[in-house]
Amino acid sequence: MTALVELSGLEVFYGASQALFGVDLSIEAGQAVALMGRNGMGKSTSIRALCRVQPVASGKVVFDGTDITGLPSFRAARLGIGLVPEGRRCFATLSVDENLIAAARPGYWTLETVRDFFPRLAERADQQASTLSGGEQQMLAIGRALMTNPRLLVLDEATEGLAPVIRKEIWETIAKLKAQGLSILIVDKTLAELKQIADACVILERGRSVWTGVPDAITEDLESRYLGV
Amino acid sequence: MPDFTKEHALNAVIALGLLVVPLWAYFAGEIFTITLFTRITILALAGVGLNIALGLGGMVSFGHAVYFGAGGYAAGILAQHAFNGAPLLGLSGSNQMLVIWLVAMAVSGLLAAVIGAFSLRTSGIFFIMITLAFAQMFYYFAISWPAYGGEDGLPIYVRNQFPGLNTMRPLELFLICWGVLMAGLALFATLRASRFGAALMAIRQNPDRVASLGINPFGIKLAAFVISGMVTGLAGALMADLSRFASPAGMAWTMSGELIVIIILGGTGRLFGPVVGAAFLVGFEVFFGGLTEHWKLWLGVVLLAAVLFGRGGIVGLIAGRERFG
Repeated sequence: MTALVELSGLEVFYGASQALFGVDLSIEAGQAVALMGRNGMGKSTSIRALCRVQPVASGKVVFDGTDITGLPSFRAARLGIGLVPEGRRCFATLSVDENLIAAARPGYWTLETVRDFFPRLAERADQQASTLSGGEQQMLAIGRALMTNPRLLVLDEATEGLAPVIRKEIWETIAKLKAQGLSILIVDKTLAELKQIADACVILERGRSVWTGVPDAITEDLESRYLGV
Repeated sequence: MPDFTKEHALNAVIALGLLVVPLWAYFAGEIFTITLFTRITILALAGVGLNIALGLGGMVSFGHAVYFGAGGYAAGILAQHAFNGAPLLGLSGSNQMLVIWLVAMAVSGLLAAVIGAFSLRTSGIFFIMITLAFAQMFYYFAISWPAYGGEDGLPIYVRNQFPGLNTMRPLELFLICWGVLMAGLALFATLRASRFGAALMAIRQNPDRVASLGINPFGIKLAAFVISGMVTGLAGALMADLSRFASPAGMAWTMSGELIVIIILGGTGRLFGPVVGAAFLVGFEVFFGGLTEHWKLWLGVVLLAAVLFGRGGIVGLIAGRERFG
């Protein structure tokens, strides 16, 4: 397997305050990697830096062998990074179909294949995005990212704020996408499901990557030290 | 696609009404009514142009008069050179509307590309001010350009020609303008239903989020701004032919304001919003202008009411919320 993503020594600032102090992360093609850590440890900032939404002060972002550290976000996305942002953030006044069409890029994922994958979105095709339920909005956010035909799907808190039954549905969706060979970087708070789906885990603590390994190697000590509330 | 809505029915009634009234006026010998409706269709077309930038893309351009005026001057300058036989940049002028329209759109599009390339790097109040500044710059250039009439404007001695029609007959000129307006509306509807339109509407909500989907917001906005300028420029060329005069007033900031008023009154982003807005504005001017010279004061009251109580404009009041009503 070859590394699809390499983050090395990432440092990010918000104004004068430093958020990342050197994050390292690697994702192989076809792998699902979980980015873990308590609130405010730099998970979303790392994702934003990877997707080039957030400028990087130092360090490197390499995607499929190309250094994308200086690229604007739309160019990074065109290379194959599909972001499902925290809080869904669908285009509220656009219809479901318009949300999907706006993101369309050539490839396997089209309006038809996304509708087949999420039949609920097909039923709501002409409905305004803001009127969808939380779960449907999450499906739309994932569908919208898939429409860009990404090689890496980045999910930031995809199950946050959803009812347990809907969360289960979203986890099943993510598992299906992984089974199709899509590389996935996922941030979530539900440890049990993350452990089931991830091939590798990276733990962040105060803006630094402090542990990398397979899910089974996460001990109770690690959990209480870095992942407990 | 959504089913046949109240707005679809309203649009059909307006499109037909716009055609039927001048036909009736022709048989009734009401030439003034035909000219009035021709003016409405031209202003509506200019509004359709602005509606692409403002309604779909949320770009509040306060300088669209520059494209309207440029279209008018393209018509006037080409017609003048065709009339006096003097070459223009080594070429002869033209009194053919089809040629003039192409030149008007090319000139307006070029201007929009240059102005957009600078102004679209800003947003909000800065975007409004920079588009206004550009328009005023070209306005002052036009009034100080003696070769083409300067402050007095440029008369078109013989109305430009259209193959197979006599443009000197008011009804035939109206039919040309109506046809062009319908084409402009079809372009707007096509853009809105396309991936380009969806991306443009998404950019209005959050350009950063759109960029994370692989779309360059600046490129999409610039393309929309250029198309918008070209449509408004075409309207300017038609207006010059209607009044047989390319006026620098068509480039003044008041014209830009008038176009925004048309959009707000009719309904921002609504397909037939500019048509309804233009009809209301011209109708208001004719009716209240005959009663009082302070008619613009009352227009201000109407505009205030539209902004405060009817955000969807007249189309919104009749047909309900946009698209999902």
